[in-house]
Amino acid sequence: MSILLKQPTVLPGFGLTLGFTLLYLSLIVLIPLAGLFVKTSALTGEQFWSAVSDPRTVASYQLTFGLSFVAALLNAFFGVIIAWVLVRYSFPGRKFVDALVDLPFALPTAVAGIALTAVFSVNGWIGRYLEPLGIKIAFTPLGVLVALTFIGLPFVVRTVQPVLQDLEKEIEEAAASLGATRWKTVTRVIFPEVFPALLTGFTSAFARALGEYGSVVFISGNMPMRTEITPLLIITKLEQYDYAGAAAIAVVMLVASFILLLIINGLQWWSGRRQVAF
Amino acid sequence: MTTGVLSLDKGTSRIASTVAEPVLVRLALILVSLTFLGLFLFVPLAAILFEALKHGLGTYLASFQEPDAIAAIQLTLLATAIALPLNVVFGLSAAWAIAKFEFWGKQVLITLIDLPFSVSPVVAGLIYVLLFGLQGALGPWLAAHDIKIIFAVPGIVLATIFVTFPFVARELIPHMQAQGKDEEEAALVLGATGWQTFRRVTLPSIKWSLLYGVILCNARAMGEFGAVSVVSGHIRGETNTMPLHVEILYNEYNYVAAFAVASLLALLSLVTLAAKSLVEWTSSVEQKENRP
Repeated sequence: MSILLKQPTVLPGFGLTLGFTLLYLSLIVLIPLAGLFVKTSALTGEQFWSAVSDPRTVASYQLTFGLSFVAALLNAFFGVIIAWVLVRYSFPGRKFVDALVDLPFALPTAVAGIALTAVFSVNGWIGRYLEPLGIKIAFTPLGVLVALTFIGLPFVVRTVQPVLQDLEKEIEEAAASLGATRWKTVTRVIFPEVFPALLTGFTSAFARALGEYGSVVFISGNMPMRTEITPLLIITKLEQYDYAGAAAIAVVMLVASFILLLIINGLQWWSGRRQVAF
Repeated sequence: MTTGVLSLDKGTSRIASTVAEPVLVRLALILVSLTFLGLFLFVPLAAILFEALKHGLGTYLASFQEPDAIAAIQLTLLATAIALPLNVVFGLSAAWAIAKFEFWGKQVLITLIDLPFSVSPVVAGLIYVLLFGLQGALGPWLAAHDIKIIFAVPGIVLATIFVTFPFVARELIPHMQAQGKDEEEAALVLGATGWQTFRRVTLPSIKWSLLYGVILCNARAMGEFGAVSVVSGHIRGETNTMPLHVEILYNEYNYVAAFAVASLLALLSLVTLAAKSLVEWTSSVEQKENRP
């Protein structure tokens, strides 16, 4: 292990801790994940292609990717407003609201799923008022959107909030004293500072929504071609003992999430550099 | 930090009016935020409690006396009791290696540790089925030796470990990196052993981040649904965790019992949020005190 060290040190335990870290990482994460690719490589190119591109699977991609994107957009819009309100304004219960923002991280997804279904079904507290308007949420794609918005809610708030907090008031005052209107200051001075964090939060919310399962299956109704998300399709294939088919779709999902992970890392690097440059 | 609505100085109010929004805009933004959060967070939370208590406290409490419910609670506690300590040891060890030493491939290692967060829970379950399931790579060997992992407790524990893998490590790494290694080096030069240094110097300074990671890890371990659902096999009284039990009750239209068990999990998440806020608050107070 010590051959990896860039510089000598008096601190002990490098070999032990790095060794254990690599062993544990390999056993729990890397080897099982590699197994997925090995399983898929047993398929011919044609088999793989037909597994990942049959109409029902493509419909599930469209639903999952499309609604995850819309949910992330909703969260970006409301997330910025919520972060702004929590940092800049004081109102009764602000601390409580601030703590509650993390609820979607802490609440088990299955619990969120049945709760949202209860609220948004036609007899539910909110659903009953939407039904006369012709809007049905539970057991339609809208229901999927509601669940995906719920689980992505904290991401944008939590990435934008610290940036707003660290923003120096002097810049705004300078802009104002140079004659900028408030709107101009917000859009031209504050927004560019917040933008990298906003993008990071958006991408994280999008990535999380792509893989989400627990909160969606209850509210979506799981109708093939209409409200069936890709993670559910993987489980369906598994229950039909189509292991290779399940693995093939999982590979598609995994590659999508790797790409998003790289984008998020890149964004963080970008926003980190911006701060240093500033 | 927070420039309150009412805290504007009289003398600076002319400038202040150009660095703050008009009152109406402020109120509108607060209203939009609270409506959105109320709709998505508060109402569902209240609905859980309402549905659980719909038929009175007696029916509510009876839901927890059912043997299957008790078995589910026990299994959830067991899986968490195994996954949590393992991930704590891993988190401490990874953070020590990453924060205290400069080595090749460190950035790659940090990214790989975060990997389980970006893998869908369903895929997390699937990879263990592909490895240990009857049709899996090790399946025949395991079957020959009469070892059951998938559709049994070990599979549930493995899936739980996977989804909670990064929690402790990702809290500790940035904190320990920021702290540097001067204090540890001083302790060692003064004759402390490595273990003493870790226990007396490192551990006290990272205790809040460690606790923070443990709280988040615990909440996710108890609440995980997707990954556990794939490997569980849903055998009542044997391989059902609490979230899986909620699903079964719900699908049987036993709504009161489903929401009763769900309310227990919701309570857990509220306790988690409260504990999290408390840790944030205590550690920030401590930081201020330590600053000269």
